[in-house]
Amino acid sequence: MNKATTPAPRLLIALAILALTFLLLPLIGLLLETPWSSLPALLTSPAAAEALRLSIVTSLFAAFFATLLGVPLAWILARKDFPGRRFIRGIVLLPLVLPPVVGGVTLLTAFGRRGLIGQYFYDWFGVQLPFSTAGVVMAATFVAMPFLVITVEGALRSIDTRYEQAARTLGARPRTVLFRITLPLISASLVAGIVLAWARALGEFGATITFAGNFPGVTQTLPLAVYSALEVSREEAIALSLVLLAVSLTVLVSLRGRFLGSRS
Amino acid sequence: MNRAVLTALVLPFALAACTNNNDDAATTITVSAAASLTDAFTEIGAEFIQQNPGTDIRFNFAGSSTLAEQINSGAPVDVFAAASTTAMNRAADLLEEPELFAVNSLTIAVPRSNPASIETLSDLTNPSITIIVCNAPVPCGEAAHALFEKNELRVTPASLERDVRAVLTKVVADEADAGIIYRTDVGAAGQQIDFIDIPDADNVRTTYPIATTTQAPELAGAFVDYVLSDTGQAVMRKWGFESP
Repeated sequence: MNKATTPAPRLLIALAILALTFLLLPLIGLLLETPWSSLPALLTSPAAAEALRLSIVTSLFAAFFATLLGVPLAWILARKDFPGRRFIRGIVLLPLVLPPVVGGVTLLTAFGRRGLIGQYFYDWFGVQLPFSTAGVVMAATFVAMPFLVITVEGALRSIDTRYEQAARTLGARPRTVLFRITLPLISASLVAGIVLAWARALGEFGATITFAGNFPGVTQTLPLAVYSALEVSREEAIALSLVLLAVSLTVLVSLRGRFLGSRS
Repeated sequence: MNRAVLTALVLPFALAACTNNNDDAATTITVSAAASLTDAFTEIGAEFIQQNPGTDIRFNFAGSSTLAEQINSGAPVDVFAAASTTAMNRAADLLEEPELFAVNSLTIAVPRSNPASIETLSDLTNPSITIIVCNAPVPCGEAAHALFEKNELRVTPASLERDVRAVLTKVVADEADAGIIYRTDVGAAGQQIDFIDIPDADNVRTTYPIATTTQAPELAGAFVDYVLSDTGQAVMRKWGFESP
């Protein structure tokens, strides 16, 4: 298959190269400053291992909750017409554009121990979400869910609904249609959405430090550890950044190849 | 290489050149100052600008260790005022000889309702209370650590915050039962929270150094002199600092 039918204008190529350079230079800078010889020691330090473990656990939980709650939301947004739908979509996508620190503040006003809902958790059950690992998961879910919702909603809009209609006319219940027809049809996008949400949760910083605080082993995830390390040792911060970078890049490259339709 | 390619490659550097302000006749200086200096320096800065018409000061308030790291990474800073000598020494290579200009000590901040009924320093060892302090490399964290050590207290914080203002914010929001902050932050928080005084004998004192960077214009030196002058020191005392 030959895609290059029209030659690309030179200006376009030049700007594209500039764009790539802009994105690539910081990564090269990081690699050049990486203390390769002391890297194994830095990465296997108890503090780094603890942050990595916490990051993996909380980001997986966040991806799980984002999927559990995000898929139904995406389905409603894609399939149901109701007043205020555009407004609701705006609300759903807000965490994408909101500075994460602001997201953290809004979480505090809702789930903090004097927050809208949080005060009842605290007064009735003694549950305090800020400064807890559950708070980290909440912050990560908050910022990651929109990635899942837009990916899945887009897929639901683009699939051929005749299969679902056929199943309905053959007497399948709505739930059967959802699990046997709809979800299998969008499985590639669903996986892409989950992975994107997970990657976003893994990199989450602003909402976490604002809402959940920063304590090793409880709320100090990898990005927070990078931030804290920066105050003491630049080398350690760079080593930790490299881990995040490697994980994210691996995920995104494999995702691009397998799930976003570039199979040919 | 054709012209479009050249333009595209050169443009960013041309733009970067426009933002370079490192000349001696500069009328705007950038002052990086510890978060605990926010109110005092904002006031001193306003007075300084008034007395030196045509000049301007850009303030950059954050945890001292963050500021030191920024300077080491090449941030265009003219004056650095840190909350501890340790923090300032991290950027020593790029700074002129520092001078001490203020002394501070610690206090315990609690929400108005004092939900954990904290009365004394030793109440902080209760494991069921939520206490937050600054992260250890930040001067207020360094000082809090010294405080616990001096009084042989085993305190487990719920969170290590990036600077003293972040600690204060969380106590004001009633998310924490207690926070270790500077005495000078009492003024900044006003009526929103209460303070448990730490007796001088148990307290720790921190000294604040100030220095110009090696590349700073003359105006930076003038600002440092102003902070050290009687007028500057009067403002510092107004915000609760002692003179060294």
